[in-house]
Amino acid sequence: MATIADIRDLRAYYITDAYGVRRTVRAVDGISLAIRRNEIYGIAGESGCGKSTLLKILLGTITPPLTVVGGSVTYTFDGMPVDMLSLSEDELRAMRWKEISYVPQGSMHVLNPVRRIRDTFRDFIGAHVRTSPRETDEMVRAYLRDLGLPDKVLGSFPHQLSGGMRQRVTIALATILSPKLILADEPTTALDVVVQRGVIQLLQEIRERERNTMVVVTHDMGVHANLTDRVAVLYAGQLVEEADTRTLFAQPRHPYTQHLIRSLPKIDDKSERVSIPGRPPALDNPPSGCRFHTRCPFAMEVCKNEVPALEQIAPSHRVACFLVSERRAEASPPAIELQA
Amino acid sequence: MGLLKSYILPRLLQWLVVIVIGITITFIIPRLLPGDPVEQTVRRVSSTSVTDPRALEAFQNAIRDMYGLQGSPVEQYFRFWARMLQGDLGPSLSAFPTPVTTIIANGLPWTVGLLGTSIVISWLLGILLGTLAGYYPNRLWSQVLDKVLIAIYPIPYYILALALVIVFAYYIPIFPLVGGASGRPGLTWSYISSVVWHSFLPALSLVLIGTAFRFIIARALTTTIVSSNYVQYAELAGLPKRKIIFGYVMRNSLLPQVTDLALSLGALFEGALITEVVFSYPGIGFQLYTAILQSDFNLIMGVTIFSIVGIATAVLIVDLLYPLLDPRVRYR
Amino acid sequence: MTVLRDLLRFSPSFRWGAMFLLVVLVLAALSFVAPYGPTERRVVPNNRPPSATYLLGTTTLGQDVFWLMTYAVRNTLIIAGLAVLIGRSIAILLGSFAGYVGGLTDRVLSALTDTFIVIPRLPLLILISFILRGNLSFVSIAVLIGLLDWAWPSKRYRSQILSLREEEFTQTAVFSGMGRLKIILREHLPFLIPFALADMVSGFLFAIGFEITLAVLGLSDLSTPTIGTMIYWATYYQSLLARRWWWFGAPIAISILIVVAFYLISTTLSTFLDPRTRLKNIAVKAGA
Repeated sequence: MATIADIRDLRAYYITDAYGVRRTVRAVDGISLAIRRNEIYGIAGESGCGKSTLLKILLGTITPPLTVVGGSVTYTFDGMPVDMLSLSEDELRAMRWKEISYVPQGSMHVLNPVRRIRDTFRDFIGAHVRTSPRETDEMVRAYLRDLGLPDKVLGSFPHQLSGGMRQRVTIALATILSPKLILADEPTTALDVVVQRGVIQLLQEIRERERNTMVVVTHDMGVHANLTDRVAVLYAGQLVEEADTRTLFAQPRHPYTQHLIRSLPKIDDKSERVSIPGRPPALDNPPSGCRFHTRCPFAMEVCKNEVPALEQIAPSHRVACFLVSERRAEASPPAIELQA
Repeated sequence: MGLLKSYILPRLLQWLVVIVIGITITFIIPRLLPGDPVEQTVRRVSSTSVTDPRALEAFQNAIRDMYGLQGSPVEQYFRFWARMLQGDLGPSLSAFPTPVTTIIANGLPWTVGLLGTSIVISWLLGILLGTLAGYYPNRLWSQVLDKVLIAIYPIPYYILALALVIVFAYYIPIFPLVGGASGRPGLTWSYISSVVWHSFLPALSLVLIGTAFRFIIARALTTTIVSSNYVQYAELAGLPKRKIIFGYVMRNSLLPQVTDLALSLGALFEGALITEVVFSYPGIGFQLYTAILQSDFNLIMGVTIFSIVGIATAVLIVDLLYPLLDPRVRYR
Repeated sequence: MTVLRDLLRFSPSFRWGAMFLLVVLVLAALSFVAPYGPTERRVVPNNRPPSATYLLGTTTLGQDVFWLMTYAVRNTLIIAGLAVLIGRSIAILLGSFAGYVGGLTDRVLSALTDTFIVIPRLPLLILISFILRGNLSFVSIAVLIGLLDWAWPSKRYRSQILSLREEEFTQTAVFSGMGRLKIILREHLPFLIPFALADMVSGFLFAIGFEITLAVLGLSDLSTPTIGTMIYWATYYQSLLARRWWWFGAPIAISILIVVAFYLISTTLSTFLDPRTRLKNIAVKAGA
């Protein structure tokens, strides 16, 4: 399994110093994971857990007050590993759109309101490839047609298109130059369910055609279930569980993962939805020990004092929880099972 | 285009309302306030010579008629409108019997020329500099420009004009002190160049403050727009800076600026008026000033009415140009 | 107030503005201990240039320019202050009313306000003062200027109120059953006050500008010393042509000082209080 991106012990904080007050927000605090070629890798977690920050770093858009304080990010696109954090701004810019691309959150608003879609495509493509406007238009028209978007989209202004249509246009915009790695941040949020399905199918189709790799960040577990091959669950800036999707939904080990999955509505299940009390911690002053212990229904004494390490409990399953390490030590099977 | 009716019609209506209300207010003011302009005029005239009381009375009636003060208020109002719609603003007292409209027509080209060029220059300069300064807020030139223009902006038009006159026309006599031009009017080079020369300082005064105002707004707008989603995305995608600044930032900041231009036309006009006074520049503002000095009631009324109609119309024109810039208004 | 202390510490622009303002206020306060009355003439030898005895020289009418200017500053500030009070009171009442009530009332009021924004004020001001010539008192000038400057501010207050109404905390308060008046007083006022402060300062600028303009046109109360009337009399007595720069130079210089001071204070104050722009001023330290 070739790795396309290798993240080791990444730490990135937002450090601000205004009017005499210094604040450090530990958005990403020691994350290690590897993204394999041609997979769709999901990153799950509530808002404020650091997933957007992680994406920013993967993209190389690290602007103050965000600072990388430790760790490494290595990309391997054509066999040669590249230390992403040491690249210059120009090198990063050359990489973007052709190697790595980004579908942002709030895709509805990333299109310039005073420019027609056709011109926006010309702008974006023209920034990376030398073609004539006519060739660009042809390329765009063909691509949009392949993706099932109507021709008249080209001559329209963004406000004339529906939210879902704009989302798909943005996805097309980000993928038209066939980048090897696509980072999608909440691609389905703020869209109704029917349109969500269309977006998910679009992403799958693109992966099929181009054989590229995708990282999909969303708090919506339903999207992970339908789209991703593997899922990583983040909490308070740390990785708490990672497994291939089937396993994660069938046997979630970390209490937080269990909570995320349990809160998914199921059509035939009329039982009450329970939510864990409390809210995700503020990242400038995280709890001691395991960061989830304040909300964990199974918290033990050790959880308050020590940080659980990420352990490999199966070939494709890592968890950071004392329950699991304890259980492994006791060699008894976990008591919680869920239907996928 | 049918939907433009929802845009054009309300604005036309507003134009009418502004004119009607504005002119009505102008009509009411002299009749509401204490102080009788007829009295004032008669007193001024008769103070210089002894006159026969009957002639005085005839004179009073003539003045009253000239000022449109005959009859009941309602009659006056309708006569007022009737005269105005025929383009008759009455005769000027100080330049009797020249009609006020002629005097205004003489001064209008000067004011329009001065104001027009000043607005164009200050708008272009202000938006360009402001957008660039907003996009590169940490460069030295950007901060220096910011501080300088912030110091200029609050200075009242009169003070700045006076300061310019004192320094550049008086103590260091480069520019002429008064007037609009020298020599005989005509399309000769000497005349045209004298026009430009004479208008330089007044225009500079207006341009300085106008640019400062525009700069401050453009900069603030740019700062907001730069943090918007579409600009951030374009920067992420590595679009060339020039394209981002002009096509993404400036183009979007133009929209609220045009709206703002419409609203600030009144203030710019007032600035031009007062600047003309300082430089004795022969536009409408200077005529207004001499009208005050010579207690020329009709001329003052005439200029006031004309200003209201002029500004309202200018605002309408700018408003109507807005859809050309904003596709969100133009389509759907 | 901690706001002022923070501003003084961290914003150089504010420091400058506060310093200028202090100078201006001291000058105005000095008027109370002036050795001559404001309208006295021929109390000192006339047309003397600045010297040790006469700090800023004397005028053609035999007045000490320095002490005259302390009166001028005081009076201009009072006129401007009164005008702002009147104008902003109308603006806040109308704007808030329109913003809170909404609906047809709001639309009618807004349309009316928009109409008055377009109408140029200077010609009207000139017309009014021309007719009232000779009868204009100190206070009536302030009232006049104030009555002309309510339209734009009213629009701004209205939009502030509208955006406050949409805020989440308002919805929360409404849902939790808080009375409308209480919401206004407890939730909204803390936001409105700083906005009003910055806004009033810009009202000051407008009022000062118009006071000067009115006076130099010869239309205000020429016997009362204000910055504008000083310039008027200086021009009347040809002090420019006679190279008596101190008589008109002093009011010009002081007026620039006043407006720059007010402007600096108002912009730094509003930038400081607006949380979005505050974030942008945040300095960054790299590294662990």
